[in-house]
Amino acid sequence: MAQTTLIDKLAILSDAAKYDASCASSGSTKRDSSKTKGIGSTEGSGICHAYAPDGRCISLLKILLTNFCIYDCVYCINRSSSNVARARFSVDEVVELTLNFYKRNYIEGLFLSSGIIRNSDYTMEEMVRVARKLRLEHGFAGYIHLKTIPDASPALIEEAGLFADRLSINIELPTDLSLGALAPEKAPRDIKRSMGHLRLKIEEHKGEKKDRARPKKFAPGGQSTQMIIGADGSDDDAVLSRSENLYGNYRLRRVYYSAFSPIPDASSRLPLAKPPLMREHRLYQADWLMRFYGFERGEIVSGGIGGMLDLSIDPKLAWALKNRGRFPVDVNRADRETLLRVPGFGTKAVDRILSTRRHRTLRLDDVAKLCHSVERVRPFVSALDWSPGGLTDREHLRPLVAPKAEQLSLF
Amino acid sequence: MFVASLVAPADFEGWRSAARTALALGIEPEHMSFSVEGEAGELFAEPLPPMPKGTAPAFVPRAFPDLAGLLVCNSDPERFRLAYRLLWRLQNEKALLEIVSDPDVSRAQEMAKAVRRDSHKMKAFVRFREIETPEGRHYIAWFEPFHHVVELTAPFFMRRFTGMVWSILTPKRSVHWDGVELDFGPGASADQKPADDDMEALWLTYYASIFNPARLKVKAMQAEMPKKYWHNLPEAALIDPLIKGAEAAARRMIENAPTLPSLRHEKNAERMMAQRGLDEVFAGFNKRPDDLQEAREQAKNCRACPLWEPATQTVFGEGPADAPVIFVGEQPGDQEDLAGHPFVGPAGKVFDAALAAAGVDRRQAYVTNAVKHFKFEPRGKRRIHAKPNMGEVKVCRWWLQIEREMIRPKLIVALGATAAASVLGKTVTIRDTRSRLIDLDEGTKLLVTVHPSYILRLPDAAAKAREQAAFEEDMALAKDFVPEIALG
Repeated sequence: MAQTTLIDKLAILSDAAKYDASCASSGSTKRDSSKTKGIGSTEGSGICHAYAPDGRCISLLKILLTNFCIYDCVYCINRSSSNVARARFSVDEVVELTLNFYKRNYIEGLFLSSGIIRNSDYTMEEMVRVARKLRLEHGFAGYIHLKTIPDASPALIEEAGLFADRLSINIELPTDLSLGALAPEKAPRDIKRSMGHLRLKIEEHKGEKKDRARPKKFAPGGQSTQMIIGADGSDDDAVLSRSENLYGNYRLRRVYYSAFSPIPDASSRLPLAKPPLMREHRLYQADWLMRFYGFERGEIVSGGIGGMLDLSIDPKLAWALKNRGRFPVDVNRADRETLLRVPGFGTKAVDRILSTRRHRTLRLDDVAKLCHSVERVRPFVSALDWSPGGLTDREHLRPLVAPKAEQLSLF
Repeated sequence: MFVASLVAPADFEGWRSAARTALALGIEPEHMSFSVEGEAGELFAEPLPPMPKGTAPAFVPRAFPDLAGLLVCNSDPERFRLAYRLLWRLQNEKALLEIVSDPDVSRAQEMAKAVRRDSHKMKAFVRFREIETPEGRHYIAWFEPFHHVVELTAPFFMRRFTGMVWSILTPKRSVHWDGVELDFGPGASADQKPADDDMEALWLTYYASIFNPARLKVKAMQAEMPKKYWHNLPEAALIDPLIKGAEAAARRMIENAPTLPSLRHEKNAERMMAQRGLDEVFAGFNKRPDDLQEAREQAKNCRACPLWEPATQTVFGEGPADAPVIFVGEQPGDQEDLAGHPFVGPAGKVFDAALAAAGVDRRQAYVTNAVKHFKFEPRGKRRIHAKPNMGEVKVCRWWLQIEREMIRPKLIVALGATAAASVLGKTVTIRDTRSRLIDLDEGTKLLVTVHPSYILRLPDAAAKAREQAAFEEDMALAKDFVPEIALG
């Protein structure tokens, strides 16, 4: 094969990485380079250094170590049966690229993933070498996210956790059965066992309050995963129930949903269509409701029809329209949990309401100042000078509160 | 009308001392103004007199200095007056800052938010370029903030790039770091911006390649990376061509017919298939396992009841294949499910403590569960233990029977009612069966006791101690009957 230049490799190996949704660089421990005189810092919340025209943030240098792969997962562009151009970075190339990009403030750190070459342990060992070199030889204090190989040996995963801020293992599909069908070499059992192992390690390294000596940091940014939406026939209920399972079983920080997007040289077993971006968006909203708004999966799914979320309105509004008996909510008396269920109130608006109403009784005008759009919340709340009367129960409420249908255009 | 003059556009210290003086003099907010040196100030205003001696310090809630600190960085000409008006009002309205719907408070918060956002965007969008100087490498950036955020944001760059020598030039302020201290200076002009370095081509390649043309969302991009910042971002020049080419690129991905896999792949696939075929025979279900190890492998794939899917893994029994005693619990818990070993969680700790107290060596015994998958209900980020039903116990008995037949122990200790039901094949109560040796078959006796998690869940300490002692007595009973399991 002809010698490929660094720039060619970068083009191939970042192109191959663009199907992974995660790019977060948040949630790790605070650290900086003021003592080490090196470079790098993480200050809790991540920074997005650029945005691609697909609306996704670029926070980390997201690349594959190599896109050669012995596996043949149907949905993956790097599967062994696809004829895409292949390339492989050396460990040093990844280290240099990361440091150079970081010094120019292009990125927050590195997100390294890889196709599986030779075997799982060999591949994992190469990824750990990159992280080890960055941390130990260059004193790099930026963010490192490693995508671990599920059946790599526990010792390698444990070493990875000592260098990385976050570890992740992709669950890929909403059910074990569809994973078995589309990713014949990936065993759901290995993925779950690996996640379980990670959770135990992360908890072990957190230590107890009473411990004198702080244990070494182990993946302080926790673990995350990605699920591909729309490559198989699973409905939203199956997707959300998988997420619920993952959050509960393995304390994941995030489950990323990635609308299946057509890939070059795709297998004929896949849907050839535009990615269902709206479905992905609704799933993120539903996920948010489960994690921060006290909704249960059953409640969210019941807002839609037949196990699918309503694509035209957000899941909280869909739930509210089907549960009008719970409204209107009195903004001056309702508790936090109840306020969080009002469509149009986010956690910030609820905090502002609770803070302000300790000092004055709220009128609808006040509410307007505290939330994003008073028009949306009007039918669902009552205030000192406002009661929606029959509005809440009106048959044609939906068109009043639903966003206007937009003409889709490309620019 | 009074005026206080400030030395810099975001001179918080200057504002603070002037505001204190004005407050002490009782100057009402309408009569107070501030002017920054070099900018046009209020006409006909007289300079602020000195602070009267012996003035008591002004009251402010803890949140105010932070808010005012951000507020004065805003480019709005009214910022200093608004900060002073808040300070004035806070003297009588102590909870003012919590009333977010108040016009002054909400305006101040919006202005502070704009400053925070601009500072955040500075952290994100500053792009350094490297130049070689006789003293070494120097990283220089040109940036145009919308508010006065250079002083506010510079410490971030200092903490992040401690080991580099760098400068950030902006139209109104500049800041330099030489590895030891931050040095602020006057503004610079755009022509001092350095030429691109050899990394920029790589960065542009990365930017173009990481974009997925099938997911175009231009609005989402612009919400976070407003156009006003684009002219200083090298990658922004790529945005338009990428958008224009997206539709065609996405169409190409869909329209191009899949190619045939390479020969290398075919060979690999064949080899993998052969390998996997063997694994499946090994773990096959058509065949009764010959030994415990084979049973353990088979059980990993067990889907006899629906508990397999939500659980992490099958937790099979562990211990010597010729153990004289089998301890049977109910089912693995949260920790057991993650670790893949029986009795390693909180109930396992109680169990281990009781064994130690009774002088039993756990390593000499075989420890297992009636049901081999963890049954639970998800509740937010927790899993609530759910009791297995008789159907699940019955199906899973298949594995317990195999364990029993292969190990042929002298004694089976059933921990709790579920275990007892599984061993006996019928429901019994702990009260009727506990603490005596029951004949199972010619070689094996059964001892029924409580499950250690029962002790764990007792709320009152006295009951806990009583039950712990009774449980230890049961363990001692087991040891007396089978002395081989005693600690050596």
